[in-house]
Amino acid sequence: MSECPVCGAEVAISDDPVEGELLDCEECGAELEILALGPITLGEAPEMEEDWGE
Amino acid sequence: MITVAIAGASGYAGGELLRLLIAHPDAEVVQITSERLAGKFAHRTHPNLRGLTRLRFSPLGDLSSCDVLFSCLPHGASSRRIDDFRTVADRIVDLGADFRLSDATAYQRFYGKPHPRPELLGRFVYGIAELNRDALRTADLVACAGCNATASILALRPLRLEGVVESAVIEVKVGSSEAGNRATEASHHPERSGAMRSYKPTGHRHMAEIQAVLGGRVHFSATAVEMVRGILATCHVFVHPGLGLDDKALWKIYRRAYAPEPFVRIVKERTGIHRYPDPKLLAGSNYCDIGFEADPHANRVVVLSAIDNLMKGAAGQAVQAFNIMHGLPERRGLEFPGLHPA
Repeated sequence: MSECPVCGAEVAISDDPVEGELLDCEECGAELEILALGPITLGEAPEMEEDWGE
Repeated sequence: MITVAIAGASGYAGGELLRLLIAHPDAEVVQITSERLAGKFAHRTHPNLRGLTRLRFSPLGDLSSCDVLFSCLPHGASSRRIDDFRTVADRIVDLGADFRLSDATAYQRFYGKPHPRPELLGRFVYGIAELNRDALRTADLVACAGCNATASILALRPLRLEGVVESAVIEVKVGSSEAGNRATEASHHPERSGAMRSYKPTGHRHMAEIQAVLGGRVHFSATAVEMVRGILATCHVFVHPGLGLDDKALWKIYRRAYAPEPFVRIVKERTGIHRYPDPKLLAGSNYCDIGFEADPHANRVVVLSAIDNLMKGAAGQAVQAFNIMHGLPERRGLEFPGLHPA
């Protein structure tokens, strides 16, 4: 689990997280990006960019 | 089975309550009353109930004993009949305004006349479960809150408890069903349809309840809009300077207040068209959806609250209280999630 930087909700992280991975916060709907792995750091994903690594 | 009766079941709140209670697995509706429609089938007045009940309206004077009596009589009527009601049922849930306040002076100020039974004020538990769940568990007399008051109180109470509110201005937009099912000049279709009518800029009666629960400097205005069911309360909250309340802090406050609540949801999405509460999505459901946003350029927070006035603002609130009073799961009979699209 990690904390959503927008609303503070707990966000589930997959067992095998990847830097640049995108996730949605279930509570506030923010699109989040895994910025770093150790420890896991989440940030808001940029809204209008190409090639986010998906 | 818990036997229940509905006094004044021909109105919109009474019809909604009948809809909920005939489907409730622990309730048996044994009697419904209407003076005007005595002898008529319920489904003639509430056509959505055709095929679901063969109950007919009885006169009020024919009420016989039951476990719980719900009163949906017009304001002023239940206080005149409360002694009769108490001989009929040990537990009474009043959806009218007569026993919502505990202060006779406030009643006279907002209702324009002395309360006929002031000794009973304060005996009723105010029916908003999120405020009074523990008291409801053992209550025999319950006064359900006004619909606008419910939306406003649920919106603002977490901030009031946090001690951050300097003053607040509540503006509610309300649907036409709030005015009841008797036609008036104001409800005549050419007058009401398309209206955006400011009908109570100050002095609304529900202000008495809001003031009693929230205290402090709170102001309230109401506007009738093009909608049948629903209330959207937009609350401008002026917070004490220097607190630095941002959206994340508000999330924390509202989550702490409402995360365990079965019928209060925080609606604040980052994107999409359903980012904030919308009463259109709540028709027929018992939810109160609450959203918020801090104004970074002022000491202001905007809190939005949406309900179905006939559900969380009346019949749904009454059934939620009924469930709590009887130790039943709070969601029983209230699972309907609303419609989309509606």
